[in-house]
Amino acid sequence: MRLTGAEMVIEALKRENVEIIFGIPGGAMIPVYDALYKSNLKHILTRHEQGAAHAADGYARATGKVGVCFATSGPGATNLTTGLATAYMDSVPVVAFTGQVPTSLIGTDAFQETDATGITMPITKYNFLVKDVKDLPRIIKEAFYIAGSGRPGPVLIDLPKDVQTAEGEFEYPDHISIEGYEPDPPVSKREVIKILDLLKEAQKPVIISGGGVIISEASDKLREFVKLTGVPVITTLMGLGSYPETDELSLGMLGMHGTRYANYAVSECDLLIAIGMRFDDRVTGKIEKFAPYAKIVHIDLDRAEIGKLVDTFLGIVGDAKRVLNILNNEIKEKNISFDFSSWHEVLRNWKEKHPLKYDLTDKEGVKPQYIVEVVGKLTHHKAIVIGEVGQSQMWAAQFYKYTEPRTHLSSGGLGTMGYGLPAAIGAKLGKPDKIVVDISGDGSFQMNIQELATIAYNKIPIVIALINNEYLGMVRQWQELFYDRRYSHTSLSGNPDFVKLAEAYGIKAKRVTKNEDVESTLKEAIESNEPYLIDFIVKKEENVFPMVPAGAPLDDMIG
Amino acid sequence: MKETIGILVKNHPGVLSRIAGLFTRRGYNIASIAAGVTEDPKYTRITIVAEGDKRTLDQIVHQLNKQLDVIKVIVLGKEDSVRRELALVKIEVKSAMDRLEIIEIANTFRANIVDIGKKMITAEVTGPTAKVDAFISLMSDFGIKEIARTGKIALSRGPMSIREEKEDIEWEE
Repeated sequence: MRLTGAEMVIEALKRENVEIIFGIPGGAMIPVYDALYKSNLKHILTRHEQGAAHAADGYARATGKVGVCFATSGPGATNLTTGLATAYMDSVPVVAFTGQVPTSLIGTDAFQETDATGITMPITKYNFLVKDVKDLPRIIKEAFYIAGSGRPGPVLIDLPKDVQTAEGEFEYPDHISIEGYEPDPPVSKREVIKILDLLKEAQKPVIISGGGVIISEASDKLREFVKLTGVPVITTLMGLGSYPETDELSLGMLGMHGTRYANYAVSECDLLIAIGMRFDDRVTGKIEKFAPYAKIVHIDLDRAEIGKLVDTFLGIVGDAKRVLNILNNEIKEKNISFDFSSWHEVLRNWKEKHPLKYDLTDKEGVKPQYIVEVVGKLTHHKAIVIGEVGQSQMWAAQFYKYTEPRTHLSSGGLGTMGYGLPAAIGAKLGKPDKIVVDISGDGSFQMNIQELATIAYNKIPIVIALINNEYLGMVRQWQELFYDRRYSHTSLSGNPDFVKLAEAYGIKAKRVTKNEDVESTLKEAIESNEPYLIDFIVKKEENVFPMVPAGAPLDDMIG
Repeated sequence: MKETIGILVKNHPGVLSRIAGLFTRRGYNIASIAAGVTEDPKYTRITIVAEGDKRTLDQIVHQLNKQLDVIKVIVLGKEDSVRRELALVKIEVKSAMDRLEIIEIANTFRANIVDIGKKMITAEVTGPTAKVDAFISLMSDFGIKEIARTGKIALSRGPMSIREEKEDIEWEE
């Protein structure tokens, strides 16, 4: 069928079963928006392109599907970049379409021209500049395939305006393969079952489950593996939800703000099975001292991650779900049993001795940790919780107790302040039956505060739990601990009245200043099934503990 | 370590900048890079001489392999590959004696004289990097006006093409 480039975009999105697009139109994108106008595809107008990219990202993380966003050329494209970089660092499948000046004007410094593919080359899995409308259907097909397959990531398609208006034959390929791209390489069973030999010899094994376990939908297989073997599970920030934290073999999160017992377990273990994680510096602490007694087994779909930062005893390239499936089948077939009860005893003692804690008797403002705990209780640890970045992110990670995959959304790799609010929009629209709570600091919140309008206009029932300490809290914490309390420009004095602000947008809001009011207000907010902001006035100088100072080994924790 | 890496890539727009960009943003060192179209115009072959320790060189190969435009990456060891570089060297000629001597040295190196003038000679020298270096070093006694070098290119010895070579990484040192 003959279509214009713009119509092809819309038609292709339908073929890809896209439910929703996040974006903002602009001069170089008008033809696509015109084609969109005539279609019944759902589009959410965000108030900033960064919001559109994060919303597409939040949608993708919550659903496992590819998120889609639109922006115009020039500033539209550059505004997307933070969102694309965020998605790239955390391996989130997003396809972004940007308008571009007509091909005849490319390279002439035309109005709103920017080299979108050049700028996004290091922060996308791949990108395309479409020069001929006849290539467009294939390119869109490839973009979705690339974004969603293998180690996922964002893909950008830059669409010059004349390509959008040009006509061509639309034939959408059913299948596609890309030479040299093997997204799901075969897994060698012989190599994989070596893990069981190592496990037979081990006395103190642990698993570190990362974001890859969630991406590969391997949580069930991981649970089965743990049931069969009794190997305790630690998760990374990105792996939260891949294994239920309510289970006794869960040790919670490791790393800079991980639990003491998780960090001790890594420092003591003799076998470390790392699945779908990449040994980020926030996870390992001083890398030379990381898991000093352990043989490290590293399972990852991305060959380049194996051996990148730590020496591995056994590296397995492959999809986590496949690998775990092979292991589970082998254990069941051969009836292999394991006994790590004395190790469990050690861990139990550590857990009892060093729990995550905070002082609820402290009456100086609301306790942020308590807020997160109450959210966990009220939502039965099954809501989608979005951490922003900084202290609120860490409290959301430490105290919620995640039980399901795709319920903890956080900008782990890039650490993007302002991620949470727009990501919550995407998550709620992708998973309307889930309660969605954005646990946000007042610093992060203000970085994409304009999206309150998007939430209000579209009546998206998100609970915004604002942890308001009038500081860029995490930086202030570092200044307190490592810079002699020289609070250089971390005070957010001059914050607006967030309750009035929310109300100005037409969003219900309440202020909470006492621990006693936390539960009832959160309950009201959740049950309202409307957008709801709670301004929690928390203790200003509350710190996130425990903490491994930057560059220290994991078992060297303060607090 | 300094190693020679052969990369077969799709001849897409921007592919060179993708590959070069990977080196810059991950902080890998390139000693030289050379690119040209292959027997099949849909593909380009890039030869990179990279420097780093073993972990870095391993990373370079894996990160290159991860690039969607990359078809194949092989390591081209000294023993199992033919490695060549070409340089054009413009040499100052100050006297007739110099001229004769330059031509004589060029002959010894099997370098071609490709341009000659009253006060200059341009020689084209081909060979392993060490030979090109030696030629340039000898010529510097006469005075070198300018040099253009291609960077190293390399093919594996024996019957196999880059597509047929095995993917195992074997570093020389």
